[in-house]
Amino acid sequence: MSNPVMANIRQRSGKCRAETITMAHGSGGKAMRDLIDDVFVSAFDNEELNKLEDQARFDLSTLTAQGDRLALTTDSYVVDPLFFPGGDIGKLAVTGTVNDLAVGGAIPLYLTCGMIIEEGMQVKDLRRIAQSMRDTADQAGVKIVTGDTKVVPRGAADKLFINTAGVGVIPAGINISSKRAQPGDVVLINGYVGDHGAAIVDARGEMALQNTIETDCQPLNSIISAMLEACPDIHCMRDATRGGIATVLNEFAQGSNTCIRLNEKSIPLREEVRGMCEILGLDPLYLANEGKVVAIVAADAAEEVLAVMRSHPAGKNSAIIAEVFAAPKSTVILSTLFGGERIVDMLFGEQLPRIC
Amino acid sequence: MKYVDEFRDPDKAKLLITEIAAISKLLNVTPQKPLQLMEFCGGHTHTIFRYGIEQMLPDSIELVHGPGCPVCVLPMGRVDDCVALAERPNVIFTTFGDAMRVPGSKKSLLQAKADGADIRMVYSPLDCLDLARNNPDKEVIFFALGFETTMPSTALTVLQAESDSINNFSLFCNHITTVPTIKAILDSPDMQIDGFLAPGHVCMVVGERPFDFVAETYNKPLVVTGLEPLDILQSIWMLLKQIHENRNEVENQYARIVPAEGNAPGMDALSKVFELREFFEWRGLGSIDHSGVKMRKEYAQYDAEEKFSVPNLQIADPKSCQCGEVLKGVIRPWECKVFGTQCNPETPMGALMVSTEGACAAYYNFGNLDELLGKRAQKNSQLEVITHE
Repeated sequence: MSNPVMANIRQRSGKCRAETITMAHGSGGKAMRDLIDDVFVSAFDNEELNKLEDQARFDLSTLTAQGDRLALTTDSYVVDPLFFPGGDIGKLAVTGTVNDLAVGGAIPLYLTCGMIIEEGMQVKDLRRIAQSMRDTADQAGVKIVTGDTKVVPRGAADKLFINTAGVGVIPAGINISSKRAQPGDVVLINGYVGDHGAAIVDARGEMALQNTIETDCQPLNSIISAMLEACPDIHCMRDATRGGIATVLNEFAQGSNTCIRLNEKSIPLREEVRGMCEILGLDPLYLANEGKVVAIVAADAAEEVLAVMRSHPAGKNSAIIAEVFAAPKSTVILSTLFGGERIVDMLFGEQLPRIC
Repeated sequence: MKYVDEFRDPDKAKLLITEIAAISKLLNVTPQKPLQLMEFCGGHTHTIFRYGIEQMLPDSIELVHGPGCPVCVLPMGRVDDCVALAERPNVIFTTFGDAMRVPGSKKSLLQAKADGADIRMVYSPLDCLDLARNNPDKEVIFFALGFETTMPSTALTVLQAESDSINNFSLFCNHITTVPTIKAILDSPDMQIDGFLAPGHVCMVVGERPFDFVAETYNKPLVVTGLEPLDILQSIWMLLKQIHENRNEVENQYARIVPAEGNAPGMDALSKVFELREFFEWRGLGSIDHSGVKMRKEYAQYDAEEKFSVPNLQIADPKSCQCGEVLKGVIRPWECKVFGTQCNPETPMGALMVSTEGACAAYYNFGNLDELLGKRAQKNSQLEVITHE
């Protein structure tokens, strides 16, 4: 007969009492099981995940009821530092993937979560990050339904890298593509540019600047769904992350073989971010964002879409920033505040490393 | 933003442009034979392109973008020396970020870092002293680079290291000076420059007087110019006014920053630590006498060239590069044989494509492409005509 006390002890799994991650937490044994149960499953907690199969399973009919195409995307997050004003790597890992789905017109539904953890990482930091992922997933209305945990020796990674993949469904009739910008169209953005890049520079503390810039990291699926409701025929849409709005606009101009004329005066830019760019010689057009959508719509739909964006919490400072012309082809031109003009090219090299 | 927006006011810019256009009509210049004004400073070049100043000027005025980007004019051999120092065991090699991508004959610092060298970007040379304190078993070598603008901060860092008895810190000194270089350009037989916008931040340190020779010996007008777009327009107007009135003088547009006699504590620090080299090699311009500085013997223990052996090889610029002719205003950047094709910002061949302050990179990134492409097409069609004949 088994000893009931011992049986009870064996069943009482799922508590991670360690303060730091050791190689044991990636070994596939009990320590890993406990870490996953206690830190990740308990935070993400949903029906699909809790089954703890090797894969999450979905009913196809509920997916097809929402649209006629699946959207699938993946992104890895290596931001340094892990915590920064207004966000952390976990929030970023959810919003980034949600936004990559949303800008294609998809309704984001499910995410995966792959964690690569450096030996020596604090468990309390992991808990905080997992909770942040859950909170952000709730905000975006998505579930984290499957995951993977690896631990690598000290020095083989820097504290924590996260990969998330996401699945969403694109409703019928939506056709968003970087090839669809047409002369006469206008370009909209949902607020201040460059906040995320500036917040990360600030958080690293290398510059000894004192200010209060927070990341703009936020899920965009809600504002995008409002925009699509107002104008189902949005031509182009992307989130302006690494490389900033300059890169996205170049992708649109090249994809659709058009010229995008950007008006510096109309680009929403915080004074603090502008100040930091002045000091460090950075160009805010290339600074990263993590909660900014750039959309191109036909001119006659622009005012209505703009009004919808401005009435949404994620778009209070939305603005029309550019217009699409036929020539010169595949080019972005900036009309400067000073009254001159210049080309805004793709960034070569990196302006700042490891911002997302 | 205070102290910034005042110098970027579009209404004032319009006024200045009108004045510049009016005065240029009084001069005997045409778009075919334009007046050529050289801005020496890479910061000026950057401002000119960033704000689109060139397109605002009348066609009869042409800006020639001088050699004032210290990253651009660094010869390949010196970059090779940097890589050799950085790849030594137990060395932390520190540099300003924009020097990372400068190509050496084999690799750039960026590639050396990828290959395992401990290379770190710093924002101030003083950061190196913290690194040295925190890594007593390593030698921290700072890649000292730039004109007189950055020399005082390097010199003060050396003096600080001395007073703090930090012995695991040294400089790889590549500081260069402006005056001999402007002189070399003025002495060049194909020189066509009609006037100079002098580098405001260099003058902030050295003052106006070192540039008197431009007016007195070479009879060219010169205006010490600030770095904001209105500074540049006002200085162009001042140069045109001098030319119109047949004056060749040194004038100071940037008096809010530049005292006529320069900055005495800064000059003291740099003359204490540095002395002129006999000559220094420039990418695109060749060797120029007394155009570089090295550390004085008294500070040899902080001189990486004394402390360690560097290969010190001379590597010739690629033959197809026409950087020298662009620098002297003989040809425009887009007229170079390799502009935008073999030589582009991703894989720069010549000096001027390396940093965003280099004239060619600035044209490539910010220039009016329509105009450039038009001119390229024109040039190609002329070439075609010749071939057909």
